[in-house]
Amino acid sequence: MSFISYLINGISLGSVYAIIALGYTMVYGIAKMLNFAHGDVIMIGGYVVFLASSSMGMSPLLAVLLSVVVCTVLGVTIERIAYKPLREAPSLAVLITAIGVSYLLQNVALLLFGANPKSFTSVIPVPALTLANGALTITGETIVTIISGIVIMICLTTFIKKTKAGQAMLAVSEDKGAAQLMGINVNGTIALTFAIGSALAAIAGVLLCSSYPTLNPYTGSMPGIKAFVAAVFGGIGSIPGAMIGGILLGIIEILSKAYISSQLSDAIVFSVLIIVLLVKPTGIMGKKINEKV
Amino acid sequence: MKKTMSKTTKSNFITYGMVIVIYAIVQILTATGSLSSLFKGLLVPLCIYVILAVSLNLTVGILGELSLGHAGFMCIGAFVGSFFSKCMDGTMPDGLRFFLALVLGAAVAAVFGILIGIPVLRLRGDYLAIVTLAFGEIIKNIVNVLFVGRDAAGFHFSLKDTMSLNLAEGGEVIVKGPQGISGTPKDATFTIGVILILFTLIVVLNLINSRDGRAIMAIRDNRIAAESVGINITRYKLMAFSISAGLAGMAGVLYAHNLATLTALPKNFGYNMSITILVFVVLGGIGNIRGSIIAAVILTLLPELLRGLNDYRMLIYAIVLIVMMIVNWSPKAQAIMSRYTPKNLLNKKKSAKEVN
Repeated sequence: MSFISYLINGISLGSVYAIIALGYTMVYGIAKMLNFAHGDVIMIGGYVVFLASSSMGMSPLLAVLLSVVVCTVLGVTIERIAYKPLREAPSLAVLITAIGVSYLLQNVALLLFGANPKSFTSVIPVPALTLANGALTITGETIVTIISGIVIMICLTTFIKKTKAGQAMLAVSEDKGAAQLMGINVNGTIALTFAIGSALAAIAGVLLCSSYPTLNPYTGSMPGIKAFVAAVFGGIGSIPGAMIGGILLGIIEILSKAYISSQLSDAIVFSVLIIVLLVKPTGIMGKKINEKV
Repeated sequence: MKKTMSKTTKSNFITYGMVIVIYAIVQILTATGSLSSLFKGLLVPLCIYVILAVSLNLTVGILGELSLGHAGFMCIGAFVGSFFSKCMDGTMPDGLRFFLALVLGAAVAAVFGILIGIPVLRLRGDYLAIVTLAFGEIIKNIVNVLFVGRDAAGFHFSLKDTMSLNLAEGGEVIVKGPQGISGTPKDATFTIGVILILFTLIVVLNLINSRDGRAIMAIRDNRIAAESVGINITRYKLMAFSISAGLAGMAGVLYAHNLATLTALPKNFGYNMSITILVFVVLGGIGNIRGSIIAAVILTLLPELLRGLNDYRMLIYAIVLIVMMIVNWSPKAQAIMSRYTPKNLLNKKKSAKEVN
């Protein structure tokens, strides 16, 4: 029974990673850049919900909505100010800027909210589920996390397959120049991608903080990096890949915490990245793109 | 017969000269007793930062790849060097022991550089940044749970605690997990630091101006073109990356021998440290070795001199990274900048006069 409960916890943590990884993978697919600040947008999302529900007394749903709006605006602003001027710059310059933005968000949060961790009260009012005569308890947070992961995945796939904006995203990720010639607003599409990614980050922030209820300025950075590992694991640029990679990584992390060593679990998760890059650099669902001269 | 020096040789000698002049000034100031103890305590860390900045510039500026695990290589060097010194203390002259510790620390870090580099440097894209970041975290994690002891039977390792080492009577625990290594001999001095800086500069500058260095820069500028003229991409990338890692390991050995107790904390070997070094490189100019030295010196001394700024130090670093990149690469910022170069301002004044 304990194995099953670990497995469920793993799927729950993995769903959070998957939601974060979706943001990474979409931005990477379209802007061809690694958005290091993505993890810190999660942290900002967590703080917004915390402040809205504890100091301003908002209802949980309203607080989550506010957090989604704030993060979306933040994501688009970051893109406009920091990344857009560097669209033609070498990837090293963009990467350093992204690290700078990530660092800026962490330190602004540190100055505004202090280094002391805040204890986050869960905003998910779902009761725990008890199965098999009390041998297996699944918390409400776990249920909501797993369900939202699935719902987001389905919505996102439908959005990309069925809508014009989604098709525009695919086109831009395939070939920016050709997409522009077809009359697609490339800058608008990239901004939309950042908006969606950041909104997902806000949701991930709420889910993460509800399951692991401490919040400090560095809350987002570790899950952010692990979600990137998940995105690479699943094949960067692929949406189902991000989902599968995220869930697998969550399961690996929880199982290694339970059966190997709790201190070494991070090391094991990162070893997965190195092994994936050694064995199949394109990830589980990724496809190889040949470079043209 | 007088030989004219080439431009690069001259520039290299200016760099060496700069370090030697600073060293001489500091020595004179120490001899006259006009240095505060705070400043004296900063001298060895300053050398460590300079070595780290120069070696990271080799990866970022010359190889054109981003490494975020420089602190991880430093951590390896620190622990290997410190471990060696503790084991060999008293069996050989101190100078020789410290020298061997430096060599060993650098060598092990370089080997790790190769191990990390083989899977990653074959790939295109930003993988090196994320893998080195992950690697730094793995190293920190492992060091924090590593216990090593020694008794008559030899070395004992454990990833759990001191008890599970099963040491015999009279055995001693050398690496104590989260408590790290304590009692490393304090061998690091400013003079040794400066010698190591000069060594780092000789290695890096000679590499840059050699045939290998030109191959590395060719890969940075255009991978496909470099490959098509027969340059072995993986080999040269690995070469630059492992040299950079080895030098970082050497800085780590120096770091370990400057402290009473060596522990792997997020503060000294974590992500923040790697970013701080990256800020030195970016502010000094990516690919500009002399710039890295100057930036490392200024940014290490400035927060100490302006204590009030310390809370905002990391915030300022973040803004430095973003602004430097946008100013250097954004077409709009470039247009604005070019309007205000000294030359253009002079021309403007002149033309204004002519109109009058």
